Amino acid sequence: MRLSPDAIIFWQYGFFKLNATIVFTWGLMLVLAVGSKVITRRFSTGLKRSRWQNLLEIVVTGIEKQIEEVGLSQPQKYIGFLGTLFLFVAAAALCTVVPGYEPPTGSLSTTAALALCVFVAVPFFGIEEQGVGNYLKSYVKPTFIMLPFNIISEISRTLALAVRLFGNMMSGAMIIGILLTIMPFIFPIIMTALGLLTGMVQAYIFSILAAVYIAAATRVRKPKPEPEAKP
Amino acid sequence: MDNMTIIAVASIVIAGITTGFGTMGPALAEGRAVATALSSLAQQPDASATITRTLFVGLAMIESTAIYCFVVSMILIFANPFWNHVIAQATGK
Repeated sequence: MRLSPDAIIFWQYGFFKLNATIVFTWGLMLVLAVGSKVITRRFSTGLKRSRWQNLLEIVVTGIEKQIEEVGLSQPQKYIGFLGTLFLFVAAAALCTVVPGYEPPTGSLSTTAALALCVFVAVPFFGIEEQGVGNYLKSYVKPTFIMLPFNIISEISRTLALAVRLFGNMMSGAMIIGILLTIMPFIFPIIMTALGLLTGMVQAYIFSILAAVYIAAATRVRKPKPEPEAKP
Repeated sequence: MDNMTIIAVASIVIAGITTGFGTMGPALAEGRAVATALSSLAQQPDASATITRTLFVGLAMIESTAIYCFVVSMILIFANPFWNHVIAQATGK
C-alpha cells in the first residue's frame, strides 16, 4: 500500500518523473483556469445573467465575506492569494468523486508547497502594509526575550499547516482503502461522503488560518489613546 | 529474535499505542470544546455564526494533534525507514 500519489509514476526520463501528484495538479489547474475563463468570457452586468456567473459570484463574494470577518478590511487585496488556496484545496478534495482520481493534496510535497506559499506571503503582506522596520519590530514584541519564540512559532505553524492538510487527505484515502478490503459494499461510499465533508472543512481551515496569519502580520498597532484631560 | 522481527514487532506495537493514546487527548479536548460551544449557543443563539466558525477552526486545530499521531503510525506501518534499511541490508549481502 502506498502512502501518497507520489508513488504512481506515469512517465520517467532520467531524473524527471511525471507522477500522479503533478499530473492531477495540472489537471486541476487546467479545469479551474479554463473553467473560470470560459465563464467570465460572457459577463453581463445587467439583471439577466447565466447560472454559471451566479455560481462564480456566490463563491467570490462568500470568500470575500469570510476574509473580511477574520479582520482584513480590504478583502480585494488578499482574495487573489487566499481565494486561490481555498479553491485549489477544495477542488482537490471535491474531485475525489471522479473514479481513478487521487487528491494531489494527499502528497506531502503539495501541502508543503502550499504551506511555504503562506510562509512567504505573510511577511510579504506584512511588510507591504507596515514597512520593513515596523514588521521586523513585531518580532520583538512584547519584549526582546520573545524573539526566538516568535521565529519558532512562524516555522512550526508552517509545518503544522502542511502536515494537517496532508494527514487529513491521506487518512481519507487510506481509510477507504482499508475498508475496501474488509467491507467492499456501501460503507466505503459513506466514508467517501465523509471525506468530501472533511476536505471542504480542511480547505476552509487552511485558507482561514492563512488569513488569520496575514491579519496578524498586517495589523497596524494603534497608538494608545491619550488619557482624557481632567476638567 | 533477529533484527527484522524486533523491528516489525516494535513498529506494529508502537503504531497501535501511538494512535490509541494520541487520540485520547484530542477526544477529551474536542468533547470539552463542543460542550462549551453548545452551552454558549443555547445562551446566545444570535451569535451562532461566529461561535460555529470559531468552533470549527478550533476543532480542526485540536484534531490536527490526533492527525500527527495518525501520520506517525502510518509511517511506522507503511513507510518504516528502519525496516527499509534492514531490508536493503539483507538484500544487498
